[in-house]
Amino acid sequence: MSETDIPPRETAGRIENVLEALLLAADGPLSLDQLHKLVGEEFGLSRRELRERLAQLAERYADDACELKEVASGWRIQIRPEYSAWVGRLWQDKPPRYSRALLETLALIVYRQPITRGEIEDVRGVSVSTNILRTLLDRGWVREVGHKEVPGRPALYGTTPQFLDDFNLKSLDQLPPLPEVKDLDQLEAALARLGQGAVPAQAAQEAVAQESAPEAPSAAVPPEATLH
Amino acid sequence: MNAEPAVSEHRDSGAEKSIPKVRGQPLVKLPDDLYIPPDALEVFLETFEGPLDLLLYLIRKQNLDILDIPVSKITEQYMEYIQLMRELKLELAAEYLLMAAWLAEIKSRILLPRPPAAEEEPVDPRMALVRRLQEYERFKTAAETLEALPRVGRDLFLAQARPDVARSATPPPPPALRELLLALREALLRAELFARHTVAVEPLSVRSRMSRILERVERGPARFEELVDPAEGRAGVVVAFVALLELVKNGLLEVFQETAFAPLHVDRPRARECSPMEET
Repeated sequence: MSETDIPPRETAGRIENVLEALLLAADGPLSLDQLHKLVGEEFGLSRRELRERLAQLAERYADDACELKEVASGWRIQIRPEYSAWVGRLWQDKPPRYSRALLETLALIVYRQPITRGEIEDVRGVSVSTNILRTLLDRGWVREVGHKEVPGRPALYGTTPQFLDDFNLKSLDQLPPLPEVKDLDQLEAALARLGQGAVPAQAAQEAVAQESAPEAPSAAVPPEATLH
Repeated sequence: MNAEPAVSEHRDSGAEKSIPKVRGQPLVKLPDDLYIPPDALEVFLETFEGPLDLLLYLIRKQNLDILDIPVSKITEQYMEYIQLMRELKLELAAEYLLMAAWLAEIKSRILLPRPPAAEEEPVDPRMALVRRLQEYERFKTAAETLEALPRVGRDLFLAQARPDVARSATPPPPPALRELLLALREALLRAELFARHTVAVEPLSVRSRMSRILERVERGPARFEELVDPAEGRAGVVVAFVALLELVKNGLLEVFQETAFAPLHVDRPRARECSPMEET
């Protein structure tokens, strides 16, 4: 089927309906690739045009209870957050609350990936329980991304697209940056004071600079999310 | 988390009367070593995520700056908590003791005079601790930020109109013993018809039949009728049936029925516990 078979103007609304139908019926988010494979040829749409259609579909949802959202694994239709409280009334049981230990472990994996269990323990000052890692792995938020080439070859952990999906993110750099070490001047002064002049100011300054470099999570994003 | 009792609640309300009195003396300042009832302590001690968390709490509680930790004071308080944890017989993680040792080391290093002509560059022993505390605090905050982010299933709900594809994953129920016996009866009845023609009686072994059935099933699920050969006569059918029962009992095979009255099938066991035999 070629482009001439379907005049773009007449089918515009229909294409969006088809996209909407696919997104509603799918099990999870659909990537631009998947959508293109499903309908691209039929409607003679390039990826860019498909993206435009999606933007138009998003516009159609402007005054709706739902919105079209792009997350790491692709596009999905979700209920606008302002109605969440209402929707929550449908279910008796509350979603699971995660312990601080689990969240701190997750935060370290998010901002310092790839990271080993030992490195997590170094920062937290306590051992990481196997349960916590298993919960994170089972939840699909975290995966083993490799092994560190040191004795014992410990596993390196990183986040998954599922994590980004579940936290409503398209890529890791949408996360709020890791809080910086507070009060740089004060820190510098304090370091100097602590060292009682023994530490060369230069070294202290370098240390400060290292500590304080605003740290955004590395952009280890799945390929779909980087397409523009 | 605030473990301090509400003694200070009304301190700012101005009126003389509202100032709490301890043994007749107005209490205008909270005691430094505030007593916390052990029961309450037990609850909140367990909420610490390790020694760094506890240290941060001790520092923050007194509005101290991480950068200016009065090591000996903090060490004392830290040790008090450790002692309390022990008295309460809380299982004390080794990390807490390690931190205690570290604090003691830092304290002793500060107290000891440094030889003036030391070769190495003297570094304040507190610096490593300060760094670790700051690093931990960053991630503690980051964890709180993560927790506050909207999350699918908690704050976000996906809109779906997924068609309910009729593909039920529930395995068919195991047949009752009655079904099995009926199938046996059928086979026996058919075997009757051949009874007359059995001439040479081949020695029938249950074991070898078990192997044959297993071999057959390796290739895929078999109908019950396929496994018994009426041409073998009554004895042959019985041997086949016993072999089948033996295999099912040993968990090597599974008998199932797609629907009521459907033909019985034999297959390698799937992940399911109950065998028809256990029902009797």
